[in-house]
Amino acid sequence: MSKFTEDDLKKELETKEYEYGFYTDIESDTFPIGLNEDVVRAISKKKNEPEWMTDWRVDAFRIWSEMEEPEWANVNYTKPDFQAISYYSAPKKADPNKSLDDVDPELLATFEKLGISLDEQKKLSGVAVDVVVDSVSVATTFKKTLNEKGIIFCSISEAIQEHPELVKKYIGSIVPKTDNFYAALNSAVFTDGSFCYIPKGVRCPMELSTYFRINQGGTGQFERTLLVADQGSYVSYLEGCTAPSRDENQLHAAVVELIALDDSEIKYSTVQNWFPGNKEGKGGVFNFVTKRGLCETNAKISWTQVETGSAVTWKYPSCILKGANSVGEFYSIAVTNNYQQADTGTKMIHLGKNSKSTIISKGISAGKSQNSYRGLVQISPRAENARNFSQCDSLLMGNECGAHTFPYIEAKNKTAIIEHEATTSKIGEDQIFYCNQRGIDTEKAIALIVNGFSKEVLNKLPMEFAVEAQKLLEISLEGSVG
Amino acid sequence: MELKEKLVSSFLAFEANVDTTSPIHDIRIEALKSFEAYGFPTKKLEAWKYTSLNSVIKNDFSIFPKKEIALEFKDVKKYFISDLDSYKIVFIDGVYSSHLSETTHDKIDVCLMSSALSQNRFKPVIDVYYNTVVKEDGMTALNTAFAKEGAYIYIPKNIAADKPIQIIHFATGVDGAAMLQPRNLIVCEDNSEVTIIERHQNLSENKVFTNSVTEMYAGNNAHIDYYKIQNDTDTSCLVDNTFTEQHNNSVCSVHTFAFGGDITRNNLNFYQKGQGIDSILNGVTILEGKTHVDHNTLVEHQEPNCESHQDYKGIFDEKSTGVFNGKIIVEQEAQKTNAFQSNNNILLSDKATVNSKPQLEIFADDVKCSHGCTIGQLDESALFYMRSRGIATKEAKALLMYAFANNVLESVKIPQLKTRINKIIADKLGVNIGFDL
Repeated sequence: MSKFTEDDLKKELETKEYEYGFYTDIESDTFPIGLNEDVVRAISKKKNEPEWMTDWRVDAFRIWSEMEEPEWANVNYTKPDFQAISYYSAPKKADPNKSLDDVDPELLATFEKLGISLDEQKKLSGVAVDVVVDSVSVATTFKKTLNEKGIIFCSISEAIQEHPELVKKYIGSIVPKTDNFYAALNSAVFTDGSFCYIPKGVRCPMELSTYFRINQGGTGQFERTLLVADQGSYVSYLEGCTAPSRDENQLHAAVVELIALDDSEIKYSTVQNWFPGNKEGKGGVFNFVTKRGLCETNAKISWTQVETGSAVTWKYPSCILKGANSVGEFYSIAVTNNYQQADTGTKMIHLGKNSKSTIISKGISAGKSQNSYRGLVQISPRAENARNFSQCDSLLMGNECGAHTFPYIEAKNKTAIIEHEATTSKIGEDQIFYCNQRGIDTEKAIALIVNGFSKEVLNKLPMEFAVEAQKLLEISLEGSVG
Repeated sequence: MELKEKLVSSFLAFEANVDTTSPIHDIRIEALKSFEAYGFPTKKLEAWKYTSLNSVIKNDFSIFPKKEIALEFKDVKKYFISDLDSYKIVFIDGVYSSHLSETTHDKIDVCLMSSALSQNRFKPVIDVYYNTVVKEDGMTALNTAFAKEGAYIYIPKNIAADKPIQIIHFATGVDGAAMLQPRNLIVCEDNSEVTIIERHQNLSENKVFTNSVTEMYAGNNAHIDYYKIQNDTDTSCLVDNTFTEQHNNSVCSVHTFAFGGDITRNNLNFYQKGQGIDSILNGVTILEGKTHVDHNTLVEHQEPNCESHQDYKGIFDEKSTGVFNGKIIVEQEAQKTNAFQSNNNILLSDKATVNSKPQLEIFADDVKCSHGCTIGQLDESALFYMRSRGIATKEAKALLMYAFANNVLESVKIPQLKTRINKIIADKLGVNIGFDL
């Protein structure tokens, strides 16, 4: 990507406004910066969307323009200027002249440690690859198997074109446009994302993953994911990728909606490793995500997340346990190092009888980072025999970081049983000594202890992810010993 | 007229009755300005998310007592712990009652805030400590602006107060709804010791809104034991703001027994400014009806090697609401801190609500901090066990509740007070379990 200086920007703006006017530019690949109703309409037009979708977006934009940015989170950052962002850019094309030699050696070293294949390395670092034989073939075979089962798995843009009835029915039903500042923004300007529908009684035979989906490349900063599991179905969905992604986008505001109909089960795993900023805390991605799932009778939603990247994370995957006997689970590891800030947690809203929820959150802070758990467990008056168990453990490494816990517990039913416990501690000197004594150096010992600390959550990840996530933890904490 | 406007405009009338030349008055004027800016707290404030004062501040309170009322000791005897030899500071509608009080003291000072603020011999202490520990918000600023009466307790170095001190506030309601703003200052110099029992009691059916501020200062090795008994009528609202500053090796404990009152809000703040400090915060809350109790605690660990222990038990029946909002802050310098926080609740009715928010904010790595929170019910099998052995359901339930609250009850060091609290609980549960706990 060529550097874009302020002067260029000024020039571009001037020329666009005065010489050609705004609309002539619709056909180009990147929109001028700024956000107004015309831009929202233009995005919709560009994507060739039906009228209801355009109206939906415009409505969301109107709601957003009246909202204020939330400030309650325990994070400090310079607020992004929403008028200084371009809200549509065509998928980035790989630069054909770039070779692996031009890629940041630090990035390559990380790839090496994660054990990522050369082809994938090229793809991830934006180097043109002639034929990605593996991925393409894998993707095609996947598509075939899924089609046979009647599973729809495509980009959300495609779904709006081909399955409008499903999208129309479910989009915004869990995270409404009015939900919060970033959700409203996302609803207005989302450019792509994934859509998945599992038909009645179907058990998805493989882990669905954005990683394997070719058209995923460069979906931009406003992703929208909609996942519907019809009655009695099962799906395990993986999002993100363990390899570090040096995306230039400063702001990511994604929305994920999960709908688990009666007797279905959704397992949603995330590994997030966006650019965390450099060691001085410069740069890095702001990750402001709204994720929520709805459980009908006997349904189950399980969120698993490993958060190691982003300069600022603001993310609360939640479950609305609407149906009787529904189950919500949340397993999280959040690692912050250097100047990273994470404010993450979950909400478990118990509405149905006998609903159950489990929260296991592990926070690891190192360097000068701040790591917060913020969660809500709410038992409504009609949720008879609701049960919740929460455990939030924090591990502190070094005396300049912080670990915070902000749980909210609201019980309105006498049959509710709620347990919450939280601990904060550091790695014991005796534990390190024990390892040293047996010939394990301090850095390895810490990795070992951190792994043990995170085991409960790592165990919940799908196999292939778990191994990489484990390595990722080691890398994220590298150099934090001392 | 809104209560806020009424308060602000009545400040002129208030000035006519106090010494406007003293430096204390400058503090009042500043505080009034702050109150004008803050106003009464609303649910929009994070710290007041679960407690609304709207139903209280819409009442038309008289701000200054119109006439002095005399009470006969025999009529109010039951509110004293009369079998306990103690100092007594009694206020009726915010005015000191020398008739009911017993403050003859030696070596220590047990007197009135009004004298402390006006007499020269108290000036050295007032200058150093008055309005220094309190952190400003709408309610404390309001109190500071109108503060002129309350208890002033000063324990000099190396002295232990010879007997406990009872501070009792009566509201008679003869003027209709009344607002009271007592202001207490408790200073314990190095190696001193004191025990204090505080109670607010409304004697009528009229509304009472008490906005109390207590500042406590504990010097090196000082011991303060503070008991708050809150068993007021359901027309009384209490906002209690207590601020404690502790120095090396001091031990301060505040025990709050909340059994009644329309809305009770306890803001309990501990600032640890030394090493080897222990802060203890205990509470038992047993509520029914439409009562609401909010415990809002803060412990700030600023120096290494300190401890804090919080233990709050709550039992909620009928339409009562309980809130626990505890915060522990461990600053970067405060290595080797041990901080514990536990909040256990029992819900007895479907209309009762518990909101709990135990928070930890930790900036130091070599610490042991934990918090736990539970919400549940009485154990059915334990009830069955007792009933099968001939204990009636009501008594069996009461026994379980006693057992549940026992950790905190045991921490009461004055036997007479313990008996009194047990009696209040027994009355509340309508049982006579026939033995002392």
